[in-house]
Amino acid sequence: MSTATIRAGAILPGRGGMGGALSDAFWRNPKLLLFVMLTPPLLWLGIIYLGSLFALLIQSFFSIDEFSGLVVREFTLKTYGELLRPSNLDIIVRTVTMAGLVTIASAIIAFPIAYYAARYAKGRWKAVFYLGVMLPLWSSYLVKVYAWKLILAKEGILTWIFDKLHLTFLIEGWLSLPVVGGNSLSVSLTGTFLVFVYVWLPFMILPVQAALERVPGNLLEASADLGASPRQTFTNVLLPLALPGIIAGSIFTFSLTLGDYIIPQIIGTSHRFIGMAVYAHQGTAGNIPLAAAFTVVPVVIMGIYLWLAKRAGAFNAL
Amino acid sequence: MRSDRQNRTPMGLKIAAGVGLAFLHLPILLIFLYAFTTEDKSYQFPPPGLTLKWFAVTWNRPDVWEALGLSVRVASISTVVALVLGTLCAAAISQTRFFGREAISLLVILPIALPGIITGISLRSAFNLAEIPFSFWTIVLGHATFCVVVVYNNAVARFRRVSGSLIEASMDLGADGFQTFRYVILPNIGTALLAGGMLAFALSFDEVIVTTFTAGQQATLPIWMLEELVRPRQRPVTNVVAMVVVLVTFLPILAAYYLTRDGDQISGQGK
Repeated sequence: MSTATIRAGAILPGRGGMGGALSDAFWRNPKLLLFVMLTPPLLWLGIIYLGSLFALLIQSFFSIDEFSGLVVREFTLKTYGELLRPSNLDIIVRTVTMAGLVTIASAIIAFPIAYYAARYAKGRWKAVFYLGVMLPLWSSYLVKVYAWKLILAKEGILTWIFDKLHLTFLIEGWLSLPVVGGNSLSVSLTGTFLVFVYVWLPFMILPVQAALERVPGNLLEASADLGASPRQTFTNVLLPLALPGIIAGSIFTFSLTLGDYIIPQIIGTSHRFIGMAVYAHQGTAGNIPLAAAFTVVPVVIMGIYLWLAKRAGAFNAL
Repeated sequence: MRSDRQNRTPMGLKIAAGVGLAFLHLPILLIFLYAFTTEDKSYQFPPPGLTLKWFAVTWNRPDVWEALGLSVRVASISTVVALVLGTLCAAAISQTRFFGREAISLLVILPIALPGIITGISLRSAFNLAEIPFSFWTIVLGHATFCVVVVYNNAVARFRRVSGSLIEASMDLGADGFQTFRYVILPNIGTALLAGGMLAFALSFDEVIVTTFTAGQQATLPIWMLEELVRPRQRPVTNVVAMVVVLVTFLPILAAYYLTRDGDQISGQGK
């Protein structure tokens, strides 16, 4: 018997019909299957998403004719130069500062919740914590913003609580401060900050909790056995291990704050954020090139941020 | 006992976690109270009185029903598109190693990693350049793009646990590729897809930033709410709509949780 017949005997008979032939072809040639599977999502994301991003990028190199208000389709860096005007730089600095502060505050509030849920919550409480984070995360963004409009309003619940506690002077004192103050909490940067923290907090809790779940309990016991105080265990063992999770969460809180234009519009001052500037320039002003140049700022910032996060291993904690 | 001491929760941690959870939930509970208030000119607290009147008023508002209908249709179609694209992508990424794999997973994550306003304005300027008029489908195009990642994340996590040998065994036993998909792969990833689909639905149902750029004159429910937020005309109706939205989004999330609970416990409780 030749080897060819032995081999032929070992191979199952081909499957009949179109479907069979197709499935055989895929099995023999995994690259074909891969190609068929990847084509639809790549076409969709590649053409619709990347194509649009590219169209936007090109427009940021156009400029607007100051007299006619029409877009001049010639390559120029003039529009990027406009970003460096003090008023526009202000907007960028304000937005990035806010995003940074919101990220830090959410990390601080998220950590105890995530740690408790990861290490101490068992059985029923584990479910309570899970749902306790998932429900606010998935409930409507606008409803959450609306709830804060109710809370921060001058006649709202916060004023009422402070009034009952005879602490109204605290709010008034805080509101009289420059920058963070304003006429009432709902038209101050403090209000904007509170709402940002509230709305993005669950995005921080989940990755931090995922990172903490992976920390073996005996590592902490070992640290304590070796004579570390709880504080030392926290800074030298727990925090470094949780860091990829915190960075993963910060990708969300940072990026979401950078691009949001609804929260500062509803609860905040007349000072603009990047998102509001983009919206205003592309809308009533019709200055698409400047709007496009503005959007390149968060793209570049997030690009650098994602690159750093990847190096810190944060994607494994997502 | 040693282990007891180790497992006792520090008081400070308990309080911090509890306060954090309260911070997440009290504002939403407040919405429920305001839906019943008799005050219709301001956001006065405590409410001067309670009434059920606004539920009837809202029920008879055609603009609310129209917005709700549009939102549900957009979310349903976006979810279907996202399910197909997300599953295909997850299957390709998790079952094989190939050049450019990392780039593709980055491409899928990009629409939510980049701020929504960028997705929105780039879609809008692309529609402008291509001279596509705003329609139902321009909204769906935008929504499906960022919904893919939710399905993808859920499916990739589950595919990691489906062993490749299961698929080979199925093929060895004579099943063709489609039978393997139907009887081996689908039952394994089914709950993950269902959960991913529900989350995609909730994401699309709630989306406002991208939608403001791709909707033109049409109002989805979030757009309707946004208009009320910027220029309050009928606060009581907004209160009621807000409460209904909270209830409507809670149900699929609870359902998704109970559907995937068992699988998650197997993978999550072993630590």
